[in-house]
Amino acid sequence: MNGRPLVPVDRAYVNFLELQPAEWQALFLTLKVASVALLVALPLAILVAYLLARFKFPGHGILNALVHLPLVMPPVVTGYVLLLAFGRNGPIGSFLRETFGISFAFNWTGAALAAGVMAFPLLVRPIRLSFEAVDPKLEEAAKSLGAHRLVAFLTVTLPLTLPGILGGAILGFAKAMGEFGATITFVSNIPGDTRTLALALYTATQSPSGDLAAFRLTIIATIVAFAALIASEILARHLRKRLGGDHD
Amino acid sequence: MIEVDITGHVGRMDLQAQFSSEGGVTSLFGQSGAGKTSLTNMIAGLIQPETGQISVNGETLFDADKNINLPVQARRIGHVFQDARLFPHLSVKSNLTYARWAGRRQQGRALNEVVELLGLEDLLERKPGTLSGGEKQRVAIGRALLSDPRLLIMDEPLANLDQARRNDILPYLDRLCADAGIPILYVSHSIEEVARLSQTLVILSDGKTPAFGPVADMLARTDLGRATGRHEAGALLEGTVKWEDPEWGLTHVDIGGEVMQIPDLPAEPGEAIRLRIRARDVSLALTPPEGLSIRNTLSGTIRSISRETGPYAEILCAVGDQLIRARITRASVVDLQLSIGKQVTVLIKSVAIDRRQRASINSLAQWQYPRR
Repeated sequence: MNGRPLVPVDRAYVNFLELQPAEWQALFLTLKVASVALLVALPLAILVAYLLARFKFPGHGILNALVHLPLVMPPVVTGYVLLLAFGRNGPIGSFLRETFGISFAFNWTGAALAAGVMAFPLLVRPIRLSFEAVDPKLEEAAKSLGAHRLVAFLTVTLPLTLPGILGGAILGFAKAMGEFGATITFVSNIPGDTRTLALALYTATQSPSGDLAAFRLTIIATIVAFAALIASEILARHLRKRLGGDHD
Repeated sequence: MIEVDITGHVGRMDLQAQFSSEGGVTSLFGQSGAGKTSLTNMIAGLIQPETGQISVNGETLFDADKNINLPVQARRIGHVFQDARLFPHLSVKSNLTYARWAGRRQQGRALNEVVELLGLEDLLERKPGTLSGGEKQRVAIGRALLSDPRLLIMDEPLANLDQARRNDILPYLDRLCADAGIPILYVSHSIEEVARLSQTLVILSDGKTPAFGPVADMLARTDLGRATGRHEAGALLEGTVKWEDPEWGLTHVDIGGEVMQIPDLPAEPGEAIRLRIRARDVSLALTPPEGLSIRNTLSGTIRSISRETGPYAEILCAVGDQLIRARITRASVVDLQLSIGKQVTVLIKSVAIDRRQRASINSLAQWQYPRR
C-alpha cells in the first residue's frame, strides 16, 4: 500500500458521463415540451374520453377515428399535416399568430403541439376504458342526492377514474418525451428551440464523433422513463388503496 | 301525499300508472317484470314519462301539459336503489353526508340521529367495499334520509340479500317506517314485506295499476289473485295484545271482539299488532267442533265466495270487524253448502304459524308489527 488508489482514476472516464451544455439544454427542453403537451392535452383527453365512453351522438365514430389517427398514421404525415395547418402560412397558424400572437412554426411550442397530438390517443384510450368501468348509475345516485351533473362528475366519476387518468398521463408523457417523426417534420431540428432528446440523439448518431453523446443521451432517456414508471406505480398503488378499500 | 297519473314506455313495456296515497308507507307491489323499477324511476325523474302528472305533498314534480319536469337533483326524492349504489371511494361517513357537501342539502335530520336509527355507529370510517350486503343497504337508506327528502323511494332494498341479512335489516325498516316523518314508497315483490310495513298498497301488473287502497282491504280482495300471487294470499288482521299466558307460552290477541292465541309472540300487553293469516292456513266448519286441537276457533260470517277454475275456492269471512281469507276446495263448498251470509266457525292452527315464524320471516304465515 503506497497511497495510490487501487483503481486509477481516468479523467476521460469521468468526462464520459458528464453532460455537455447542449445535452442539458435538450433534456430541459424535452421535459418542458412534454409537460406542456401533457398539461394542455390531458383535460381535453378526459373530456373526449368521457364523451366517447358515456354518450352516443352522431359523429361518435368519426371522433373516435380522429382521436386515434395519429396512432396509425406515419408520424411524418402527422407532422406534415400540422405544418400545413399550423405553419406560418397555414390557416390555423396564421389566425393564431395574428389574433393571439402565438406561433408554432419552428418554435418549442410547435414541438409541444406535435408531442401533444401524438400522445393524445395514448391518453384517451386508458381514460375511456376507466370511464366505461365506472357504473353510470352512481351518477344517478349522486343526482338523487341533490348534486348537479358537473358536481356528480367531479365528486364521483372523476375520482374513480383517477388510476386510468394516471395511466394515460404516464403513457402520454413518455410518448411526448420520445416524439420524433412529427416533431422534426413540423418544427425541424433547431438546437435550443426544437431539438429535444430524441432529436439530439438522432443528430449525434449522424455525426462521426457522436457515439459518446448518443450513449449519454440514451442513458438519460432511460433514467427519465424508468423514474416515471416507478413513480406512477407507487402513485397507482396508493390510489387503489384509497379508492378500493376492499382489495388489500 | 303522493299522486301519480302517468303513461310512458320503457323498452318494450307500456306503463300506465295511476294511484294516490295519503302518506305513510305506500307499497308498490308486483311480480318481477311488472314495471316497478320503471315506475319509480319515472317518479324519481330518471326516466321521463310521456303524459300525465306526478306530485308529492302538493308540489308538482312532473306535468306533461304544463311542461313541468323537475330534474332529478331538484325533486328532493331520496332513492334507495336495489344495488345500494354507494360511492366506493368514499367512507361510509362521506357517503352519508354526500347530500350535504355535494348536493347542498343542509336541512333535515341530524347525522347522529340517522346513524343511531340505522345502527351505523361502528361503520362510519369504513369503505363500502368492506361492508356486507345488509350494511350497505342500511348506509344507502341513511344516505337517502340525510338528503332532506320529501319522499323516500325504496326499490326492493332486500331483494339482493339472503334470508339472514333480511332478518338483520327488517327491524331497522320497521323503525324507519314508523318514524320516517315523510311518505315512503316501498317497492317489493314480497307480499310479506308489503303487509308488514305499509298502509297503502298499489298493485302493479304488466305495467298497469289495476288497484290501490288500504293494505288490509287490498289483501282481502279475492279478485287480484294473479297479481298478488295465489299461493301466498292471505288477509291482514289488526289486533291488540291482551295478555301473555306464561305457562303455555301463548299470547292472547284481541282482533276486534274475538280472541286469538298466538304462540311465542314478542309483544307487550296493550301493544297494537298486525297479523297476516295465509288463506291456506285457514279451515272452515259449520259448527264449533269438539275434541279438536286447533285453539283458534272464531265465529264468522261468509262475505264472499269466489270459485276459481282450479280445485280451490277463496272464501272471505267477517270476524268481528275484520276479514279473514280462507282457501278450501270447491268440493267442500258444495258439501258444506256454504253461501254468503252463512255463519261458520273459522279455524286457524296456532302451531303452523309459530313454526313458520321461527323458521324465517319471509315465509311467515303471520307476524306482529306495531300499528301506527
